[in-house]
Amino acid sequence: MGAAIITNLPALLVVVPLLLAPVNSLLHSASLAWMLTLIGAGSSFIAALMLQSITENGVRISYHLGNWEPPWGIEFVVDSATSLTLVVMTGLGFIATLAARRLVSSEINDKDSGKFYAAWMLVSGGLFGLVMTADAFNLFVFLEISALASAILIGMGAGTDRRALVAGFHYLVIGAVGATFYVIGVGFIYAMTGTLNMGDMAARIPEAGGGAVLHVGFGFMVAGMLVKAAIFPVHIWLPAAYSYAPSAVSTLLAAIATKAALYVLARIVFTIFGGVPEIADIALSNVIVPLAIGGIFIGTVMAIYEADIKKMFAHSSVAQIGYIALGLGLATPAGVSASFIHIANHALIKGGIFMAIGGFVAALGARANLDSITGIGRRMPITATAFLICGLSLAGLPLTAGFISKLYLVRAILETESYLILALVLISSALSVVYLWKIMEVMWMQPAPVRSPKLAENPAIYLPLWIVAFGNIWFGIDASWLVAAARSAATALLGGGA
Amino acid sequence: MIEQLAGSWNHIIVVILMMIGLFLVIARTNLIKKLVGLSIFQTSVFIFYISLGKIAGGTAPILDGNPDTLYSNPLPHVLILTAIVVGVATTALGLALILRINEAFGSIEEDEIIEAKARESLPRPKRPTVEAAE
Repeated sequence: MGAAIITNLPALLVVVPLLLAPVNSLLHSASLAWMLTLIGAGSSFIAALMLQSITENGVRISYHLGNWEPPWGIEFVVDSATSLTLVVMTGLGFIATLAARRLVSSEINDKDSGKFYAAWMLVSGGLFGLVMTADAFNLFVFLEISALASAILIGMGAGTDRRALVAGFHYLVIGAVGATFYVIGVGFIYAMTGTLNMGDMAARIPEAGGGAVLHVGFGFMVAGMLVKAAIFPVHIWLPAAYSYAPSAVSTLLAAIATKAALYVLARIVFTIFGGVPEIADIALSNVIVPLAIGGIFIGTVMAIYEADIKKMFAHSSVAQIGYIALGLGLATPAGVSASFIHIANHALIKGGIFMAIGGFVAALGARANLDSITGIGRRMPITATAFLICGLSLAGLPLTAGFISKLYLVRAILETESYLILALVLISSALSVVYLWKIMEVMWMQPAPVRSPKLAENPAIYLPLWIVAFGNIWFGIDASWLVAAARSAATALLGGGA
Repeated sequence: MIEQLAGSWNHIIVVILMMIGLFLVIARTNLIKKLVGLSIFQTSVFIFYISLGKIAGGTAPILDGNPDTLYSNPLPHVLILTAIVVGVATTALGLALILRINEAFGSIEEDEIIEAKARESLPRPKRPTVEAAE
């Protein structure tokens, strides 16, 4: 029994959330639906940890769905890169679910909660499948499962702010265009290689020799993923989607959604097209790196001029995604492992920040902007302190996880001796302190408005919020596990093979 | 040149449909028209895949025991069956969202919605806010 579970872990990781979704949608009790979701998210986390312990020494699990041999059947591949991404996604997904109960009950009708958690499970299951699948077309299906469910979750913010509907619609349309671009690309590559299995594609692409068609196919696939990962200039859906979605959804999406797309982008470039450096390397150095730097600056500058707190950090997410993409774009083992470190750390940082903002919003009963959170440091000290820790980590202060990310990214850039990129990264880091300072100053140094009502702290989110805050400090002091896992992930990705 | 174009007329149609669809998605302010554009865009990709699987002189891929029979490739068709389902789901969800947008904003024209959003200095709060209590 136990052995059967372990051999089928990759499939279970997708099947369990997808099965819980319809069950959730039938439930009328919000607490029951939340309990089921928590069990689903918790078991996914345990499954991901088990996969990680199996694969950390370079073991590569190839799971054949329905026992159909690849390349005919659909294959799930879990190597150390996949399992690290999965651990980050499932872990933060679990913590976001812990916080969801209180955040959701303040923003969503109880009778809609079952359906809300159903969509929540669909997003999770879809994204886990997206990361594991080694079948290029199956990837599109998982992409759409998670995108449709995310659009529903974003639209559910309409209970408090009707603009959520428009944000959800735009996410749906832009996401569908991106996914269709990806499918066009897969069509071209399929026409050249006659296979949909990524490993098989990688083996056949160098000998296919169809110059222009390969370029076009690659271009479409990458363009599609750039949209999904919200890399500048196709990031426009992200700020609205994150800021109008219910707080719990912002936490979940910021922590896991774009991370999955970034990982898939890495797999397309390094795994599928790793054998044809004349395509992959040019795309990385001439397209991904400039776009990443553009995103870093646009995101940071937009965040500086934003007064709405949630939107400010949504813009900052665009910048942070830029740092991750920049690491991938360097295409060196150091750069890619810096990316993986930042994928994990950024999930911790943004997960915590959006959770804390959710706490503020629930207590204020209104959107959090620079006016309404004046002096909130003294009015809600426990939530605000966790927010402060995550904010410092975002700025990259030593002894926080964000510092480790920046350190490894800077080291990786130094290794490639591209001093222009280094200067730009350092300038943008300094700029990010501007908006963080602005918000911290308002929160901690200004007195609360006179006669303001007492704000109730929200003990239900203490546990998940402080787990994340401690995570930010823990990985800032002892990052050895994360760094080792990221190194092994980079080796698995760059070492060729699916 | 003409023969070349005639030989790949399926691709030309795909490209024309694709451009019509993308143009509608980008340029139209009416949300329903945007969704129509998205559907046309997706359909063009379906046609691309289906014409990919056709082999000149090939027949339906049902084994008839004759090793010389030329079969068309059924796989792209199967893939598109899945993609059509995804497309239907996308359209359905999009229409549902448009209905809700119409209820909330009283319009499905993007520029009018943007105006309405701009007029909305602060969203409607559920509970009394700090300002209201003062």
